[in-house]
Amino acid sequence: MKMRQREALLGYAYISPWLIGFICLTLGPFIASFILGFTQYDLLNAPKFIGFQNYIHAVTDPDFWQSLYVTFYYAIFSVPLDLAVALVLAILLNQKAKFMRMFRTIFYLPAVLPPVATAILWNWILNPQYGILNRFLAVLHLPQPQWLITPQWTVPSFIVMSVWGVGTWMVTFLAGLQDVPVSLYEAAIIDGATLWKKFWYVTLPMISPVLFFNLVMGIIGAFSFFTQAFVMGSGYGGQGAGVNNAGLFYALNLYIQGFTELNMGYASALAWILFLIVLLLTLLVFKSSALWVYYGGEKE
Amino acid sequence: MRSESARLQSARIGGLAGSNARMKSRLYRLVIYLLLIATSICFLIPFAWLVLSAFKTSDEIFVYPPVWWPKHWEWGNFYQALTTLPFARYALNTIIIAGLNVIGNVLSCSLVAYGFARFRFPGRRILFIVLLTTMMVPSQVLLVPQFIMFHDIGWTNSILPLTVPAFFGSAFYVFLLRQFLMTIPLELEEAATIDGAGSLRIFFEIILPLIKPALVAVAVFAFQGAWNDFLSPLIYLNDPSKFTLQLGLTQFQGTYKTEWNLIMAASVVVMLPMLVIFFLAQKYFIEGITMTGTKG
Repeated sequence: MKMRQREALLGYAYISPWLIGFICLTLGPFIASFILGFTQYDLLNAPKFIGFQNYIHAVTDPDFWQSLYVTFYYAIFSVPLDLAVALVLAILLNQKAKFMRMFRTIFYLPAVLPPVATAILWNWILNPQYGILNRFLAVLHLPQPQWLITPQWTVPSFIVMSVWGVGTWMVTFLAGLQDVPVSLYEAAIIDGATLWKKFWYVTLPMISPVLFFNLVMGIIGAFSFFTQAFVMGSGYGGQGAGVNNAGLFYALNLYIQGFTELNMGYASALAWILFLIVLLLTLLVFKSSALWVYYGGEKE
Repeated sequence: MRSESARLQSARIGGLAGSNARMKSRLYRLVIYLLLIATSICFLIPFAWLVLSAFKTSDEIFVYPPVWWPKHWEWGNFYQALTTLPFARYALNTIIIAGLNVIGNVLSCSLVAYGFARFRFPGRRILFIVLLTTMMVPSQVLLVPQFIMFHDIGWTNSILPLTVPAFFGSAFYVFLLRQFLMTIPLELEEAATIDGAGSLRIFFEIILPLIKPALVAVAVFAFQGAWNDFLSPLIYLNDPSKFTLQLGLTQFQGTYKTEWNLIMAASVVVMLPMLVIFFLAQKYFIEGITMTGTKG
C-alpha cells in the first residue's frame, strides 16, 4: 500500500511540469478565452461584460464571413490535394530502387524551412510579370494569372504554394507504407491483382489510419493558417489581406482584431468560434472513420 | 541436385515469359525514375529561383521576360542585405530563444514522459488522453488570454513568453518520448532499483542515455519550432533590438518592397541554418515523425 502511494506521488511529481503548464497555459487561457468572449476589453480599461454582443457582431460582420469563406475555400482544396500529392510521392519513394534517400530529402526539405522565408520566396515566384511561374506558363502557351494581385486567384495562389510543403505528410505516409506486410501484396499478386487493385484493396485500407491522422491535422492546420497569409501582405502591394480581403484567412482576421485593433473580447469570441468549428469538423472525421479507417493491428 | 535440374527445366519452359517479365519490371522502374526526377525538378526549381535571384543585380532582376542565370554574380547583395538591418543581432536573439526552447523541452518533456511511462497513479490514463487532446486545440484559441496573462505580469517585449513555456512540456514531444520509452525493457531499471538507486538517479543515469535518439529528435523539432516561429515573436516583441530573424526578415521585406534580389539574399541567409541542421539531422526528423505519426 505504501509502495503504491509512493509510486503515485513520484508519478505526479514527474508529470508536474506538464500538469502546471497545462493548467496555466492551456486550461486557464481556454476558460479565460470563453469568458473574455462576452466582454469588451482593450487591455487599457477593465473588461466590460456585454453579453452576446461579440457573437452578434461576428455574424453581422462581412469580414467574418469573408474569412470563413477564404479559409473553407483553402481547406477544401488544399487538404485533399496535398494529401493526394503526399501519398503519391510516398508510393513512388516506397519502390525498391536506388537514390530513394536523395529523392526523399528533396521532397521533404521545403517543409522544414521557415514559413516566413518560403512565403517571401513564393511572393517572388508568383510575381505576375517577373516571376518564374508565369514565365513557365508563357513558354507552355498557358494562361498566366495575376496570382496574388487579383482576388479570384488569391486563394489558388496559396493552394499552389501549399503543395510545395507536403513533406511532413509524405514522411508519415511513407512510414505507413513501410509497415504494410509484404505478404498482403504477394497474396494480391497470386490472385492476379493489377497495380490499381493492389492500391485500392491493399495499400489504401492499410494506410487509412495514417490518412485519418493527416486529415485531422490538415484541417486543424488549415484553420490556423497564419504566417504565410500575413507575410503575403506585401505580395498584394502592402495591403494587409489582399485586394477585397481575398486573402483574409480566419487566423489573420483574428490577429488583426485582437492585436492591431485591440478588440481582445471580440478576438476571444472569434477564437471560440474557431475552436467550435474545428471541434465539429474533427468529430465529423472521427465519426466517419468507422466507415473508412481500417485498424488491422487493433484486433488482438 | 534435384532442385538444380528442376530450376533448369522451369527456366527452359518459362524462358520467353521470364525475359518478358524482366522487360516489364525494367520498364516499370524506368517510369518510376522518370516520375521521381520530374517531381524533384518541380520541387527544386523554387530553390534555384531563390538562389539565382539572390545573385542578380537590381537591373537584371527586372528584365522581362525573366532570365535564369545572372550575367554577373552580385555577391554584394548579401553584404548589403546583412548590413542594412542588424541581422547578427537578430541571429543572436533567435539562437538564444531556440537554445532555451531546446533545453526546456528536452528536460521537461523527458521528465513528464518518464512519469507517464513508468509510474502508476490514479488518473494516469485520463491525463494522458487530455495531453493528446491538447494537440488538437488550435494555438489561436489560447492566443489572446495568454497574451493578456503575460502582459499583466509584465513579460511582454521580452523573451520570457517565448522561452518559459518550453520548460512546462509540450504535448507532441511528451507523446514522442513516451512512445519511445514504452519500447525500452524494464530490466535495467529494476536491477538499479534493487541496487538501491533512487528514481531521479535512474532517470538521469539509465533512462536518458537509453532514449538519446528520441531526445535528439525532440531537440531538432524544438529548435526548428523556435527558429521558424513567427506569430509569437510578432505578438510579444516590440523593440527592434529584440527581434528574431523571422521578424527581421518581414521587416526587411517591408523596407525594400521590390528589391527582390536583396530580399532573396536575406531569405537565403535566414533559411541556411535550418538547411544545415536538416542535412545533419534528417534521420532524427524522420524517425520523430514516424514514431508519432503512425503509431498514434
